[in-house]
Amino acid sequence: MSVVKIFVPRETTSVSVGADEVALAIARQAKKSGAAIQLIRNGSWGACWLEPLVEVEVDGTRIAYGNVDADDVPGLFDAGLLEGGAHDKCLGPTNEIDYLVSQDRWTFWRCGLVEALSLEDFLAHQGFKALQKAWQDGADAVIDAVTASGLRGRGGAGFPAGIKWRTVANTDGDQKYVACNADEGDSGTFSDRMFMEGDPFGLIESMAIAGYAVGANKGYIYLRSEYPLTHTILSRAIETAREAGWLGADIQGSGFDFDIELHLGAGSYVCGEETAMLESLEGKKGIVRAKPPLPAIEGLFGNPTVVNNVVTLASVPNIVNLGGERYSAMGVNRSKGTLAFQLAGNIKRGGLVEKSFGITLRELIEGYGGGTASGRPVKAVQVGGPLGAYLTAGQLDTPLDYEAFMEIDAMVGHGGIVVFDDTADMAQQARFAMEFCAIESCGKCTPCRIGSTRGVEVIDKLIAGEERDNNYDLLIDLCDTMEGASLCAMGGMTPYPVRSILRHFADDFASGHK
Amino acid sequence: MSEQTIDRGSIASIAQRYEARPEMLVQILQAIVTEHGWVSEDVIRQLADILNLSRADVHGVVEYYHDFRTEPPGDHIIKICQAEACQAMGSRDLTRHADSSIDSDTTLEPVYCLGNCACAPAVMVNGKTYGRVNAERFDTLIAAMRENSS
Repeated sequence: MSVVKIFVPRETTSVSVGADEVALAIARQAKKSGAAIQLIRNGSWGACWLEPLVEVEVDGTRIAYGNVDADDVPGLFDAGLLEGGAHDKCLGPTNEIDYLVSQDRWTFWRCGLVEALSLEDFLAHQGFKALQKAWQDGADAVIDAVTASGLRGRGGAGFPAGIKWRTVANTDGDQKYVACNADEGDSGTFSDRMFMEGDPFGLIESMAIAGYAVGANKGYIYLRSEYPLTHTILSRAIETAREAGWLGADIQGSGFDFDIELHLGAGSYVCGEETAMLESLEGKKGIVRAKPPLPAIEGLFGNPTVVNNVVTLASVPNIVNLGGERYSAMGVNRSKGTLAFQLAGNIKRGGLVEKSFGITLRELIEGYGGGTASGRPVKAVQVGGPLGAYLTAGQLDTPLDYEAFMEIDAMVGHGGIVVFDDTADMAQQARFAMEFCAIESCGKCTPCRIGSTRGVEVIDKLIAGEERDNNYDLLIDLCDTMEGASLCAMGGMTPYPVRSILRHFADDFASGHK
Repeated sequence: MSEQTIDRGSIASIAQRYEARPEMLVQILQAIVTEHGWVSEDVIRQLADILNLSRADVHGVVEYYHDFRTEPPGDHIIKICQAEACQAMGSRDLTRHADSSIDSDTTLEPVYCLGNCACAPAVMVNGKTYGRVNAERFDTLIAAMRENSS
């Protein structure tokens, strides 16, 4: 009997609901029954609601089993798991699961497919092809392709990546850097993490391409400390790539030097802001810098630095491989290409959905997400993290498009979509927006540092019904000050969720929430 | 103030692991917290000497980051996510449940997002992340945590 390949993700969400125990149970059961299996730890396909998702390869087709518990394993073997046997938890072939096959997997196509830490598997799936093509095409052509693709920063700000790269390339400097922002702090977001855990060599290749394009020989990854498994996986991948000559001096005899240093954050949300991240990479407090100078001109240790989010960088290899035009053909208006949306919070089928821009919130939440997990009506949806506005059930037909969201005083941000059902107390969510800012403010500017604390107090008074009109005016005034006079998005955008709640959910203040 | 101390030799060796580069201060402190759980005043003094920084510089960095505890934690550390996606799935109730049910040897800390937002609420127990944690599952996790440590 030939060796049967069984895939069990080694990815934070899957492991958080028992994937390691399932993998162990499968190994034990196989040993007990004398079956020859190869246990492969892949990344997650992103269908978090089906985790742990186990797959068995039968005649070249992967058969999926969803929500597998370690206790299910003996029964699954009895049902003929190794031949893809029928079972309550069998979902059929993975490549027929509608949630997955209907996506536009430009960036995440290798996630779930490959064994995350196998360099061999990576190379067998186009690994480092784009880097080699970049060497042939030349640095200028790579930047041109990124510019033509219309790729914008996926961390939230949406700045055109090609312009940033061109600026770094054109700035004189003996030493330049690539700094990958993996400080994914927004609640409701996990796409960076999923990419790093499912395709770690993909990030290494992406950073090397960026380094080659702009003339940087050193890259940094700033990873948040809340992701310990990601740290383990990335560390191992970097070591493996170095040992195999894909990082370090004269990569594969190309004459190109590039290495990566992995840094851990320490629990500060503001360090996701690019200049605070640079401060932290320099070993200092994560205090926001005034811009200009732009990091592209004076970044890490005062040198020209490309600062890009994980998913931004990870979108580049296929842009190099297939051309910028292929990417810009997807999406709408000035929002080109795809975004890895993340369905989170109170949602039945939560997970990662990579789709072209232009899809509506309703298609994502009702179509992919299947509505709320509680089965109750959707009351509010927060898009873009803690600094993003709360939208109402009546706004679900808004297309996901950076500019369309700006028109309704909302933001797409990093693509996190957090759903709340009708039991949510929106006055408490407004209070939390201010409280979070008070906890996380770096303290550099007064409107953010002091304003957020005053904001919590004023909202408490509003909730208690004290001098309602005066306190309402005071809160609006405070929002104006924070928005207009803060240095970065922390203080500058905290008013967005607050205002959206005042605008759409004022009843939760007025009558006292029941 | 705690009377517990942290071995100076160990701090020196952690700093050397990062070649005592001052720009590695955040990384060095992270390693110290991973190994010892907290950062003492003595550690701050020692790091300032080793890295050729002022005590104020080191102190400032320690104070700034949530991860750098300045008191020794309990034998177990539990972090319950307090951010929006988990709030939408009942993390406030879960936190109240945890507050009323944990023992004094356990440190309960807030965390703002564990990146497990599609399987909320999320909880980290001694460095490992768990998802879909309701009160019942929380109690099971705590019982297992105790069993593993005994």
